[in-house]
Amino acid sequence: MATTVHEPPKIELDRLPSQGSGNGGWRNLVPVDGDLRRVKDHAPPPASTGIWVVLASITMSFAAFTSALVVRQGGAQDWRHFSLPPILYLNTLVIIASSVTLEIARRRIAAFMGGVKDRTESPARWLYITLFLGLLFVAGQTFAWVQLKSQGFGLATNVSYSFFYVLTVAHALHLTGGLGGLVRVIGKLNHAVLRRSTLDATSRYWHFMGVLWVYLLFLLWMKL
Amino acid sequence: MHDMSAHAVQHGAPTSFIRKHVFSTDHKVIGKQYYALALAAALVGMVLSWIMRIHLGWGSFAIPGLHLLSSTGAPGNVLTPEYYLQLMTMHGTIMVFFVLTTAPFAAFGNFFLPIQTGAEDMPFPHFNMMSFWVTFAGFLVLVASFFVGDGPTLGGWTQYAPLSAIGSVGGPGEGMGVVFWASSIALFCIGQLLGSLNFITTTLDMRCKGMSLMRLPLSAWAWFITSVMGLTAFAVLMPACILLILDHVAGTSFFVPSNLVINDQVLPHSGGSTLLWQHLFWFFGHPEVYIAIVPGLGIVSHVLITNMRRPMLSHRVLIYSMAALAALSYMVYGHHMFVSGMNPVSALAFSFPTLVITIPSTIVVLIWLGSLYGSKLRINSASLFALGFISMFISGGVSGFFLAQPSIDIMLHATYFVVGHFHLVMGVAAMFGIFAGTYFWFPKMTGRMMNETLGKVHFIMSFIGAYCIFMPFHYLGIAGNVRRYQAFTDDYLIPLIPVHKFITIAALFTGLAQLIFVYNLIYSRLKGAPATDNPWQGTSLEWSTATPPPHNNFGDTMPVVYHDPYQYSVEGASSDFIMQTSPEKVINPKEEK
Repeated sequence: MATTVHEPPKIELDRLPSQGSGNGGWRNLVPVDGDLRRVKDHAPPPASTGIWVVLASITMSFAAFTSALVVRQGGAQDWRHFSLPPILYLNTLVIIASSVTLEIARRRIAAFMGGVKDRTESPARWLYITLFLGLLFVAGQTFAWVQLKSQGFGLATNVSYSFFYVLTVAHALHLTGGLGGLVRVIGKLNHAVLRRSTLDATSRYWHFMGVLWVYLLFLLWMKL
Repeated sequence: MHDMSAHAVQHGAPTSFIRKHVFSTDHKVIGKQYYALALAAALVGMVLSWIMRIHLGWGSFAIPGLHLLSSTGAPGNVLTPEYYLQLMTMHGTIMVFFVLTTAPFAAFGNFFLPIQTGAEDMPFPHFNMMSFWVTFAGFLVLVASFFVGDGPTLGGWTQYAPLSAIGSVGGPGEGMGVVFWASSIALFCIGQLLGSLNFITTTLDMRCKGMSLMRLPLSAWAWFITSVMGLTAFAVLMPACILLILDHVAGTSFFVPSNLVINDQVLPHSGGSTLLWQHLFWFFGHPEVYIAIVPGLGIVSHVLITNMRRPMLSHRVLIYSMAALAALSYMVYGHHMFVSGMNPVSALAFSFPTLVITIPSTIVVLIWLGSLYGSKLRINSASLFALGFISMFISGGVSGFFLAQPSIDIMLHATYFVVGHFHLVMGVAAMFGIFAGTYFWFPKMTGRMMNETLGKVHFIMSFIGAYCIFMPFHYLGIAGNVRRYQAFTDDYLIPLIPVHKFITIAALFTGLAQLIFVYNLIYSRLKGAPATDNPWQGTSLEWSTATPPPHNNFGDTMPVVYHDPYQYSVEGASSDFIMQTSPEKVINPKEEK
């Protein structure tokens, strides 16, 4: 078989390889006449796209849980309704507050990165507050589980309790991932290697956790 | 220039063996790891099918050494009825998840998607590494279930409730085997979700200069579309697996109904919905069928174009058809449940999109046939398997027309007709896609050519063998041969046993051909002729880099793309193909407008 050997292309010598630089974009056609000046060079950083992909996937998972709940409850003779532990409402306020503090943190850090803010103020302060509120939320959820369990309502007591535990634990696990993200952001910020896209992606994830919780609370309040 | 090379070294390949070959974040190494996993899984799945086929042809035949697998499942080296079903379940699960999803999507996609898009790597390489190792752990958990308690689950790869959810009270293969199965699949889902995240972001954000979406080769498009399907489908299966595990280990009642009596015992569960599992499973399960086959559509198109030396009749329509298949695959899942007692109106509602989905499939096939017509196709192992893919896709697809109609499906659903249908259209076709991809890309992946003679022998034996196995399945189905039976003792089934014997011989013959392939793979890897950078005179980006590609795919400079992916036989060009990276001006480019 005839063989044609091609050299690796060496068209643009000033461009160096770098990890995850985001070389592409939505519409950056190079015209056939090769006028590279007409080409856009910067695509959105992959974290900004990636976070939407992650959120889409989590949405699908919770949609599956929701439809399982609706189908299971729809034909059930054995569904036992119960009142949600009151601490959940307090937890809801905590997670909403954490979204607010994170948004304050995000804006301050953006200003800090842009050199607008005085560098003597620690930009991580509001992140620590968010982290604390997040931990408080998880502690509050744990309290709710322990409280229910101590009243004799376990995972297998009735399918309504099963759904309560499954949905709240699944949410708490995802939220714990968000706490890990916050710790990572704080670490990067302290070492001055934080990228704007990482901060934005983490805060989108965190806000989504808040919205997801409010949705779950509404669903559980309606169905349980 | 000095600084540049220093920079390249700084981002260079890892040097330790562990980081380079085991816990590597390089998408090419991960792609090869996925391929190796799929190959190992395919061999396990194939041996399981041999054992089942021998048992179906000659029920009392003792297979030497079988008792080593399970002394209770195969006493005297002959399968018990339960163990037959356990092997069948493992065959299906291993093949669907760890071969048909892993090889064409995760293996080739990992290796070639970043290269075809002109990226240095996937954007989240650590997630990518995790994707493989989590999938590998899933495989180990599944295989481990052979050696726990009473062996692996017998519920079929679909694990219908309540059989799958009642626990060991039901008998062998219904206890821990199911928990292992569901855990394995949940791990697999995590792995594929991480993979999909990387595939989608690579396609959208990592393309090199000039690489617009429509300039992506068809294989890259197929992987992208598949990753979108994977993202949504696996995200639904994982919650389903969690609920199934809870029914087993925590005593919940998601899927087990009230007052179910099994082996004279009333189960403690109450009110569970058996249909709920089917809904959750098939919402994943039908897209999964397309997750297995769509990468094949892309790979086969890519291989055929290179060997036809001309583009497909329409690049865009092929892409839109693959996207339409993906979108429709979510609307048709109910056709797996026609016999579940669903309302006939619902059956009609699912039947309609099922028939509609044949339209994009047919468009794809017609584009292939129309493009092939009059082309001077280069005959090599890759193009032969691509042709074989088309043949299997048509043969297996035609029976889909029948099964899409509830009135016919109700008759055929539990028979070998369905087994023949999905094995041809999803199993063999996807396998042929994997083979086409292997023969085509092996030089780029390893730096060596595969043996063409052995490849052609492999094709001829596999092509004839696969038809000899799966065409008679349709006949058996129409004759009323029920599937999932481990012995045929009914009056009307006894005359069909010779057909089963024929199929068994064909299966062993076809299996032998696969051993030739494995030999070719290993021999060529070690002693094959060295491959040049562009052995097939291809145009897409994987052929413009070195063979095998360097750690960052393109060396010191990033590629720039000037053309649509398939510029073959362009009038007035200096050669019969123009690479995507070639700045050559052509008078009459075959660009899509």
